[in-house]
Amino acid sequence: MKAAVVVFPGINRERDMARTLALVSGVAPAMVWHADTALPPGTDLVVIPGGFSYGDYLRCGAIAARSPIMEAVRAHAAKGGLTLGVCNGFQILCEAGLLPGVLMRNARLRFICRDVYLRVEHSDSPFTRGYNAGQVIRVPVAHGEGNYIADADTIVRLEGEGRVLFRYCSPEGDLDPAWNVNGATNAIAGIVGERGNVLGMMPHPENHVEAALGVTDGRGLFAGLVEALKRAA
Amino acid sequence: MIPNEPKITPELVAEHGLKPDEYQRVLDLIGREPSLTELGIFSAMWNEHCSYKSSKVHLRTLPTKGPGVIQGPGENAGVIDIGDGLACVFKMESHNHPSYIEPYQGAATGVGGILRDVFTMGARPVACLNALSFGDPKHPKTRHLVSGVVAGVGGYGNSFGVPTVGGSVRFHARYDGNNLVNAMAVGIAEKDKIFYAAASGVGMPIVYLGSKTGRDGIHGASMASAEFGEDSDAKRPTVQVGDPFAEKLLLEACLEIMHKGCVIAIQDMGAAGLTCSAVEMGAKGDLGVTLNLDKVPCREEGMSAYEMMLSESQERMLMVLKPEKEQEAEAIFRKWGLDFAIVGETTPGKRFIVRHGGDVMADLPIKELGDQAPEYKRPFVNAAKPAIIDAEDVKAPMGVADALEKLIATPDLCSKRWVWEQYDHIIQGNTVQRPGGDAAVVRVENGPKGLALTTDVTPRYCEADPFEGGKQAVAECWRNLTAVGARPLAVTDNLNFGNPERPEIMGQFVGAIRGIAEACKALDFPVVSGNVSLYNETNGRAILPTPSIGGVGLLDDFTKSATLSFKRAGEAVLLIGETTGWLGQSMYLRELCLREEGAPPPVDLIEERENGDFVRALILDGSVTAAHDLSDGGLAVALAEMAMASGIGARLSAAPDDIPAHAYWFGEDQARYLVTVPAAKVKAMVERARAASVPVWEIGTTGGDALTLPGERPILVTMLRERFEGWLPAYMAGELPQA
Repeated sequence: MKAAVVVFPGINRERDMARTLALVSGVAPAMVWHADTALPPGTDLVVIPGGFSYGDYLRCGAIAARSPIMEAVRAHAAKGGLTLGVCNGFQILCEAGLLPGVLMRNARLRFICRDVYLRVEHSDSPFTRGYNAGQVIRVPVAHGEGNYIADADTIVRLEGEGRVLFRYCSPEGDLDPAWNVNGATNAIAGIVGERGNVLGMMPHPENHVEAALGVTDGRGLFAGLVEALKRAA
Repeated sequence: MIPNEPKITPELVAEHGLKPDEYQRVLDLIGREPSLTELGIFSAMWNEHCSYKSSKVHLRTLPTKGPGVIQGPGENAGVIDIGDGLACVFKMESHNHPSYIEPYQGAATGVGGILRDVFTMGARPVACLNALSFGDPKHPKTRHLVSGVVAGVGGYGNSFGVPTVGGSVRFHARYDGNNLVNAMAVGIAEKDKIFYAAASGVGMPIVYLGSKTGRDGIHGASMASAEFGEDSDAKRPTVQVGDPFAEKLLLEACLEIMHKGCVIAIQDMGAAGLTCSAVEMGAKGDLGVTLNLDKVPCREEGMSAYEMMLSESQERMLMVLKPEKEQEAEAIFRKWGLDFAIVGETTPGKRFIVRHGGDVMADLPIKELGDQAPEYKRPFVNAAKPAIIDAEDVKAPMGVADALEKLIATPDLCSKRWVWEQYDHIIQGNTVQRPGGDAAVVRVENGPKGLALTTDVTPRYCEADPFEGGKQAVAECWRNLTAVGARPLAVTDNLNFGNPERPEIMGQFVGAIRGIAEACKALDFPVVSGNVSLYNETNGRAILPTPSIGGVGLLDDFTKSATLSFKRAGEAVLLIGETTGWLGQSMYLRELCLREEGAPPPVDLIEERENGDFVRALILDGSVTAAHDLSDGGLAVALAEMAMASGIGARLSAAPDDIPAHAYWFGEDQARYLVTVPAAKVKAMVERARAASVPVWEIGTTGGDALTLPGERPILVTMLRERFEGWLPAYMAGELPQA
């Protein structure tokens, strides 16, 4: 795996993400500064981590989406390159037009940090091949604006094309408004783009990968990516 | 020639918070009338907040040294050795007055300020904690303040990217009109790469870093040194506005220039901004400083020297730079989009000279401004000690089960999940124990070491007996670190009191310091940093004396840390430490008997140490499956917390005959812990305790889905949880009856 982690000013989970990528893949990712215009040659995974790019002082992700490096990220995605955006990264991918929809303020209008349960909807994606379809995983969220919404046609398309990869659910895997942590439409926690190579998700799988810290349910996502890239090579 | 407009009048002097004798001291010192800018500088440096003039003489009595102490009080933060070439840098500081006037920004900038103190020393912040005290829940302003303060603490820390892993939240009518926001930051640095404020070398460039200077926060430090009256809300313009985004950039830029070896000395601009930082760097280094204000990056047009010197705009630093590294340092700051300007230099004469627009606006002796500021030995009186309450004289208003159900749903004892879920407590990927336990545990990057962190104080004990209360705050902090298996290393203290010009308040302060000093000595738990916040009064009524203690402990292997939840059914519950049924100043007495009375439980520091060392050893050799300290609410509340954390219940045996049941279950005797052990190990454990002369009792067995106290109906753990978790969200949603 040759991963690149994009760092915008105000991003703050880049070290978490870099550590997890190194831990699972055995290779430290390249850290790419937002003002750069090119990704390192041979990059096969681009990750936009969480944080508060530009302080989230405009709509979350709106300024980062217009940073110089985003042209290179767009080109990477257009070539079918794997692209992962987590939390603020998801917001940035939406603002950049690489994913449809937008993340609104949480339904309860407060920042929330807690473990949530996600149902893995499909396991035939490079992002979820480390899981079984229907599997329930426990990962943390930490966001104030993760309430996914899109127009009705888009939602129908996302659902029809099987592009919702993760949904907030109960520990047993049931959909229940009480477990939909931020009030997202259809409890959507993560979606892929039309070609399936761009994933945006609000929860932080990178924070649940080490047995010594408790839960390791996030590991499957990264292990699956390593496997997918190995097969593609 | 120093321009002397406007004329300095007694009114102007008073507005600057200088007493007539202090102003006379200024006149004697400089031999002439000060300029307005100079008056502002004196006011900024000599106010209580910056000079510690009322507290210094007492603070000197605190133990500040120990084998692991690298830097004690007097710097931006304390520094202790944690082995492997690493140091832990930490401090706690109040932002009380600003948080009352403007809760969101006041709390946010409190967090920002303490984070800057830590990374100024070359440490990357790894955790934040806080201690919040609010007024009566029924006070019409309390919800507004809780909501704003919590959002502000979270808003800053979450965006900056530091996990907020612990803290405390309490309510009491004595904080009406004067809530407390104490924020603690903890960082990790390489032991041989700590940066200090003392300048060295003559003719070295002084560099201004970070955000631009505006008119915000002028006189913030003076405001923090006065009581509140009816006009507090009119002081809003003195509150600064935080920008966590700028601070995150400042952190990365500072760590980068430090790493590149560009820095001789560095000081953050906190209270009294440019004035305080420049004077401290010079005074500590026995050097003079000349500033040229024409070079200061300003956010607004036409700022006067007076305004620039007193601005408390946030996210700024002052640094003495190695001259040969100027270009390299500037390039780093430009990369992060931050201001970088050479605004002065160090000089051989010990003068503090400020130039602006071709004029000298101030020319003052730097030592007298800084480390030789006035000091007071204020008169104090000790309040009479309250009588000891005999538990036999306290009539139980209800049964034990009913009392427990009520107590865990009271504002002080209920779950604070509503608060800490608004703080990102997992960012950085090192949080081993999240909020809600005895102490938070954070892995030291890559492990195996872990830091245990907590903040503690029991203000009602301090009010009843400042000396015992001061001891207890330290002991409880030490106990909480011990209860997760950590070796307590050092503390930071954040001393919040009323007006020190009142002898009874000064008596509380002096008593609490004596107690803190005694406990810190007995427990080898030195004070390495701290902050004093006086004048916490509104309309003549002082807060409860609140000396918050922030403690740091070390685990050699974080995977060995103990948690408080019951682990499995069929295990024995052991109570460690002596129980007498002390109801004086207990939560039971206050919440259920509506009496805030009596002497608080005494703290026997020898017992504290013996029991704690015993429990820690049990945890580290894997003998216990759970551990929990006993504090507010006593034994029954601690048992409920262990049950709620796991969902597993317990069946308890009867109280001893010589203690009334309510006093046994809810008394707040100190130096006590609960642990669980597999049933087969009980005998060995009891013998081991006996050998160590530590009192231990087997008091029950885990199992089932209810907590069953002897002779009482079983209480379902799910029901306990519902009550425990219910109060705060309902209160904040406005669903509870208000006054």
